[in-house]
Amino acid sequence: MNDKNNMRSAPAFEEIHLQASDWIERRDFGIWTEADKAQFDAWIAASLAHRLAFLRADASWKSTEMLTVLRPLRFRKDLFSTRALRTFSKIAMAILLLAVIGAAGLIYRALPHYATYSTPIGGHRIVALADGSKIELNTSTTLRIAQDDSRRDVVLESGEAYFEVKHDAARPFVVTIGTHELTDLGTKFFVRKHDDDLDVSLVEGLVRFDDKAKDGRARMLTLVPGDALRVTATSMSVGRKSMANLANELGWRRGVLVFDRASLAEIADEVNRYNRKKLVIADAAVGRINIGGTFHIDDIQAIANAARETFDLHVEDRGNAIVISR
Amino acid sequence: MGEQPDMPCLKDTMHPDDAGSALSKADIWFAREVLPLESALMQFLQHNWRNQNEIADLRQEIYIRVYEAALKQIPEKTRQFVFVIAKHLLIDRTRRASVIPIEAASDFKLVEVATDEPGPDHIVLARDELRRMRDALEELQPRWREAVTLGRIEGLSRREVAQRMGVSELTAATYLKFGIAALTEILRRMPRSPGGGR
Repeated sequence: MNDKNNMRSAPAFEEIHLQASDWIERRDFGIWTEADKAQFDAWIAASLAHRLAFLRADASWKSTEMLTVLRPLRFRKDLFSTRALRTFSKIAMAILLLAVIGAAGLIYRALPHYATYSTPIGGHRIVALADGSKIELNTSTTLRIAQDDSRRDVVLESGEAYFEVKHDAARPFVVTIGTHELTDLGTKFFVRKHDDDLDVSLVEGLVRFDDKAKDGRARMLTLVPGDALRVTATSMSVGRKSMANLANELGWRRGVLVFDRASLAEIADEVNRYNRKKLVIADAAVGRINIGGTFHIDDIQAIANAARETFDLHVEDRGNAIVISR
Repeated sequence: MGEQPDMPCLKDTMHPDDAGSALSKADIWFAREVLPLESALMQFLQHNWRNQNEIADLRQEIYIRVYEAALKQIPEKTRQFVFVIAKHLLIDRTRRASVIPIEAASDFKLVEVATDEPGPDHIVLARDELRRMRDALEELQPRWREAVTLGRIEGLSRREVAQRMGVSELTAATYLKFGIAALTEILRRMPRSPGGGR
């Protein structure tokens, strides 16, 4: 190594680090012009110390992008209250000036446009969005989607859906379930709403969960892969699931149900979500028997057969139900 | 440092808005393999160098030597390579400073310090990472923190940050610049997980 490279001839690191930070600031928060770019290139070319300090600062800075998950959800208000209200007052003026019939059309256009998608019992539907994101609806599910330049909104009314979201910081992807909101950061996750309970499991990426409880206290939580969030009317808890478990729970995407040691009662509950013909467990003791296996979503007969053959249970087909008893 | 005609990589332009596509092989290697060793390297320097004020500059010089060598050939064992260079540099500097006899100086041991390379457990890391970043943000001076929060978290431009903070754009730019400098420096200093890695 020759002595010319010695730092004694170069400005101290701290000064160079500040310059590198200045370039990052100009790039990310200013207006980056051709002239800026030329100056930047010259600065980089002037010294290897510059280049390395920039690489070092920028790598660290890029890693802070995940902080955007903490962004307050004021876009929601923009779309749903402020803007809608402003538009509404304009409409009110319009009503004074124009015929009432014309106003009806305006109201319709001013409100966010939701497209509704739903599946019947046993249904499975894939909705591909223009941005490359994908939503898969499981059995008996209804959701609404609204999109504009500033955000993508999904309201899950009922059922279960799997989301693969292409992250776009400029257009947050928000799933609303009752008073809860999930905001994604480039993610795969699934959500199930049953009665007042909510289950959210994260497969990939990062999701922010907001709970706008009625007491006015907003609670916020970030979910990481493997997190399984359960929210009931009175409680909220986060458990952990292995990737294998998550894959099993998403068996419905392939048309199968995967049970790794589940009780017959649980299995009946699960399979009955998908079928009009129900699996009925006649007594509680039978319901506690555990079995495992992979079944086709619409094949309750296979589950009944497994119970009969393995545990010598009595199976009776009553047309609209299959009843398992001792 | 003057001109370096035998290093074509240096002539490459870097597009700061799209750094990923215009980075040279050495740049990528440096960012992926050398920079993650920094906290281990800093521990090594702190253990083996008396004047703590000189450490950031020593590190800079080590990076330059490492990078220059990588322009000729990217070494296979990055960690070993970086520490050998660090050790040589300390020996050189000690010799020049004539503080310690050469014999003693050449006795530097490569202190094995915990690395903070991402382990197999990415899941835990994601949550810890976010916490680490929030903690780092907390350490900033209030005005810098406010500017960085508005800019980075809320996604505002310099002009919008200035409006929200009620300051000039020039002042906002200064807050952002110092905020970026401090935040990136703190993040390099903070251990990645509470246990300090493996």
